[in-house]
Amino acid sequence: MPRKVVILAATSVLALAACSKKPPEELPPAPVQTPAPAPTAAPAPAPTPTPTGPVAGSQAHFSQVMAGRDVIFFDTDKFDIDSEDAAALRSQAEYLLQYGRATATIEGHADERGTRDYNLALGERRANAAKNYLVSLGVSENRLRTVSYGEERPAATGSNESAWARNRRAVTVLID
Amino acid sequence: MKIKLALSSMAAGIVFSIAAPASAQQLTLPEQELETIEQEGDGTTVTVTAESWQDLGIAIASFATNEDVPTPANAQGTRALGHELSRIVYNDLRNNGLFRPVGPDSLPRPDYSQVSDPAWNIWRGRSAEMLVQGYVRPNSDGRLTVGCYLYDVVLEEQLVREGWIVQPAEWRRAAHKCADLVYSRLSGESPFFDSRIAYIAETGPKDNRTKRLAIMDSDGANHRFITNGRSTALTPRYSPDYSKIAYLSYLDGNPRIYVYDVDSGQQTLVTQSSNPTFAPRWSPDGRYILYSMAVSGNTDIYRVPASGGTPVRLTNTPGIDVGGSYSPDGRYIVFESDRSGSQQIYVMEADGSNQRRITFFGGRAGTPEWSPRGDQIAFTHIVGDFRIAVMDTNGRNMRHLTDAWHDEAPTWAPNGRIVQFFRTQRGSGETSIWQVDLTGENERRLNTPVGASDPAWGPVLP
Repeated sequence: MPRKVVILAATSVLALAACSKKPPEELPPAPVQTPAPAPTAAPAPAPTPTPTGPVAGSQAHFSQVMAGRDVIFFDTDKFDIDSEDAAALRSQAEYLLQYGRATATIEGHADERGTRDYNLALGERRANAAKNYLVSLGVSENRLRTVSYGEERPAATGSNESAWARNRRAVTVLID
Repeated sequence: MKIKLALSSMAAGIVFSIAAPASAQQLTLPEQELETIEQEGDGTTVTVTAESWQDLGIAIASFATNEDVPTPANAQGTRALGHELSRIVYNDLRNNGLFRPVGPDSLPRPDYSQVSDPAWNIWRGRSAEMLVQGYVRPNSDGRLTVGCYLYDVVLEEQLVREGWIVQPAEWRRAAHKCADLVYSRLSGESPFFDSRIAYIAETGPKDNRTKRLAIMDSDGANHRFITNGRSTALTPRYSPDYSKIAYLSYLDGNPRIYVYDVDSGQQTLVTQSSNPTFAPRWSPDGRYILYSMAVSGNTDIYRVPASGGTPVRLTNTPGIDVGGSYSPDGRYIVFESDRSGSQQIYVMEADGSNQRRITFFGGRAGTPEWSPRGDQIAFTHIVGDFRIAVMDTNGRNMRHLTDAWHDEAPTWAPNGRIVQFFRTQRGSGETSIWQVDLTGENERRLNTPVGASDPAWGPVLP
């Protein structure tokens, strides 16, 4: 069970290094093939679709259901998917498999402590890492596009370690 | 080669015309021979009267005119225009920390007749070893003739003079040409003032910044926004002939390099591809554009003819290979790659062969730019903070030029003597353009109307 070992190591490193949110993990984790639900014939009702809430399969609905799991985070200059990221991406994949018509953009971002061109390349790498993971879980590749914003669209505006950690991210956004 | 010639009148040789807006016609006048100035074949001035040329005091007097008449270049007429011309020369030298200039506002105002025949008794004892005088003369066709004279006050001799005929709209260029003439003659370096800068103008809060492509003269004048800011623009580079600007835009929602034609305002994609492209760079002859393209998340460097055509992939590693800057002879390309695990600088031949890492001094190193002189590479050195540094082309003799929280993306002045970069403020993220000389001692902020980043200098104008 090499996977468990890695996660254990992750926990201990996390405890030691406060400034490093996550230690690197092995790259493309062996995907667990989620049984694909019935394609698009009859979209089953969402987990708890309130009548007044956002339309199922929309970005607003996705964001509400994900409750934060539409974003995954990375270490400085890294783009690997760790266990926390993998859990979030599994939630995303489940949703995308449930709403088979939904298409999504995965936005890759970097923190401000990099050079501009490198950050563009890094954001692209992160978006693709997330995309590849979703594809490995059964989401059709042609439903996912990527875009890198480099350091151009920070989620947190501070110039400190916690802000930078929030900005090193890949965000999945449904295309309404 | 020295030419001896006696000149009786300033009008004698200064008749050049500037027709096309892009080129200033120039007249190189023969000069009187001087004992203390030796002009060598490569243009290096070996001997001057002060201990070093930086110490030279230079009086820059108000430029005279033969008749004070209205001109589109100045609402108050040609006399006021002459004063403005000399102020530009003064500011060019002063703002760049060159020499010890004294400006026209604190100096006597020479008559038109004195321009070619200085009143030495006035200029002696002013602690200025050098004197710049000049004139502006309106022509019947509406254009302006501007003459520029450099004198050695101690020797009471003329060192050099030149004249240019300019359209009124381009009057500032004549002053930059004069500053270039003085700088080149006294320092032995190549000129750089008569040049332009493309950059990104920034406004708005950090998490919703508007970024527009903008251009300006090397002194910040003639500022012009090119894009309207609706889509983010980044990393412009002037083509060597100033006719085009390659830059990144999110125009269609994705990062793509466009090649903008300055005259027509039209722009085209650098390459037809659905993949993101970024970090555009021109070859020194303007025939090729380097760009970086990510395919399935992996970024490599490509070269494409500037006129369009089939791209050639130059790098092929699983790491991020990005940027690229040609050596002046076009034979080599310096670029950055994290194939070793972190951003480091590599050199390859122009066809992509023989890639080798050259930075081994610790920290990360990115955004390399080859000096137009060929002898140095400027780059961003990242060791905690981000600093501008230079090194030899083999990676040796690294020297930091700046020491701030975040300085990034150096580009060179056309003469390879000044490095321009942008500085980001911690917290606010506010950006500004700075210039620093190769000693690292003379650092100054460039005046821009709003925040400014990604500066790129073009060559000296023809």
